[in-house]
Order: sequence, then C-alpha cells, then structure tokens
Amino acid sequence: MKYIDPHIHMVSRTTDDYQRMAMAGCVAVTEPAFWAGFDRNSAQGFYDYYVQLTDTEPKRAAQFGIAHHCWLCINPKEAEDPGFAREVIGLIPDFLDKPNVLGIGEIGLNKNSKNELEILEAQIDLAAQHDQLILVHTPHLEDKLKGTKLIMDAIKNHGSIDPGRVLIDHVEEHTYEHVLDRGHWAGMTLYPDSKMTPQRAADIIEMSGTERLWINSAGDWGCSDPLAVPKCQQEMKLRGHTTQTIEQISYDNPLKFLSQSGRFNTGE
Amino acid sequence: MADPNEQPTCPMPRDKVVDRYFMEHRAKLLDVAAFLDRLDRSAAPESQDDDFRVEAMQRAIQLLIDEKGERAKRVLELFSDPTETPIEKAPMKGADGAYKPE
Repeated sequence: MKYIDPHIHMVSRTTDDYQRMAMAGCVAVTEPAFWAGFDRNSAQGFYDYYVQLTDTEPKRAAQFGIAHHCWLCINPKEAEDPGFAREVIGLIPDFLDKPNVLGIGEIGLNKNSKNELEILEAQIDLAAQHDQLILVHTPHLEDKLKGTKLIMDAIKNHGSIDPGRVLIDHVEEHTYEHVLDRGHWAGMTLYPDSKMTPQRAADIIEMSGTERLWINSAGDWGCSDPLAVPKCQQEMKLRGHTTQTIEQISYDNPLKFLSQSGRFNTGE
Repeated sequence: MADPNEQPTCPMPRDKVVDRYFMEHRAKLLDVAAFLDRLDRSAAPESQDDDFRVEAMQRAIQLLIDEKGERAKRVLELFSDPTETPIEKAPMKGADGAYKPE
C-alpha cells in the first residue's frame, strides 16, 4: 500500500533505509530542518544544512523513486541564543524558492523558555510574510502539554496565520484534541519511548476519526524506525479498518495538507 | 470500565483485542514490576530526596486501576508540567519524563 512519510530526517538515514521504504510503498517524504544532535556553532553550518536539504537529499531520494521535500527553520533546541538564531533566520528567505521547499519547520518549543518563544514568534512571522505552511515540533514528555498550548497561542496571537495551514506534530492522547479544536492539523509520530506507538496511533484514529490527522516516523539519528508508517498501516488492517481509512491517514491526508504549498508532488 | 451504551470505536471484538494484545502487555507489565523490584534492591541513593519520577510513576499506576477511562490521556497529564508561563532559560536540552515540582 503506497504511503507518504511527512516527517522523517533522511539526512540521518542510509540508502538501505531509502530502499526498504521504497519497497514498503513510500512514494514521498518531507523532511523538516532539525537539531543534528549537537549545536551548530555558525550560521554557515545552517546554510550548508539547507543546501543539503534542498539539493543533495532530493537527488539521493530520487535514486529510489521517492520524491523528497523539505521544510526550513532553526529548531527550538538551538534557539536559546536569539541573536544567533535571528542570523540563521535571515538565511532562510534565499532558500524558499527552491522547488522542494514546502514551508517553515519544524519550529516550536523545547523546554518552553522565553528565548525559544521569541524565536518561534519570529519564525511564525517569517512564514506569514512569505505565505508559507508551518510544521510544528511540540516538546518532549512532561513539557509537551504546556508547550503545545504556548505554541498555539503564539500562532493565534500573530493574527495572520490560517490554522488549517499549520501542522502540529508529535501529538499524544493529552494534546491531539486541543490541536484539532483550534483548527490545526495533528501529526502522530511513531517513535519509540518518547512519542507514540502504531497501536496508540490507531487508538486515536478510532476515537477521533481521520479528519486532519496524519502519521509519520520522524526517523532520525536516534532509536527510530523509518518503516513505522507501513507498520501502522498493518496494525490498522489487522484491526479490521478499511483500505480507504488506512489510505486516508497515510496518503490522502498528507497529500491534502502538503498540496497547500503549491509545490508538493509524489512523482507518480 | 467502558460505558456499555457507548458505540464502540474499535472495530475489533473485545475478545479478539485480548487475544492479540494480552501477551505483549503482560510482558510490559512484568517490565514495570521488575523495575520496581530493582528499585527495592538497589544501593543507597546518592541523593536523599525521593525521586519525583518514581513518585509520579506510582501515582500513574493508581490511575490505571481506577476504572475512570481515558487512562493514557490522564497518565500523560499526570506526568506533565502544569505551569503555563515560559521559563526564564532552558536548563538543559532533554526532558525528565515527569514534572519536577519547584
């Protein structure tokens, strides 16, 4: 069954992963800019990363028949130095015309600090100025509920953002209703230990319905599974869900949201 | 317990849910039990404070058996930071897994 993985960090993955994903039915991925596991110590480091996301990685994905798209930002873990963060934000507009760029992301909060919030607000404004979609990272573990609310308030307070053009990712059972009630899209990340399992994602789909929900693997340099989306498809199939429902959550919904960028295509 | 008058949202019959998931969650329950046993057997702590994470886990376990429903949601809420205003500065990059009261 074909699928889109709308949040996966392919710069961290080998070509073995691309091959397995393609064999499992992946037709397209979108890759947000994120924390590399260490703090980059210059804006040039981010510039090089943006080149990798907009030029190198799409070529690597194409070898396996997978369409690669990306999002650009400075992530919240590197936002504690607002001066440096603003220097990086200043680089982003030059990349927004690249053909695989879908919007600003994954912006958000990490520890819910004032500096993180300041830089989040700056990037929300950047997205508004350039009419870009927004993909949001919500904090981990005990910080997630508070951070989700702060993020959504920041978006609302900007006043110019259409909630339907914002995907709030990494939702869990205590946040997805808040996200959907505000008119945003909600992403369920199938990532061991710190986020969600395919089973719990299937539970939320059963309780909420499929409207404005998607699933993703957020596969990266940590313990993660680039085949988490097809595993969730399988879980839903085994529970007795229809092919239509499974395709909606793993293909149609990402396609609908991402097509708002005017650039997303699966290459099919 | 689930309200018998509520329309089921899981298409799988209850007995089939048990058949499919019981063994996996039996193993996960044993992991929790063994973790608590390990705490009992462990050497004296370097800090004299009761660990806020273990206290949170023990309260979360109570939620699992209170028959009020929405257990996953309530467990996550129990582990969550209840404050509403941004902090001055991020003390670290990672998270603890449970909220540490000031």
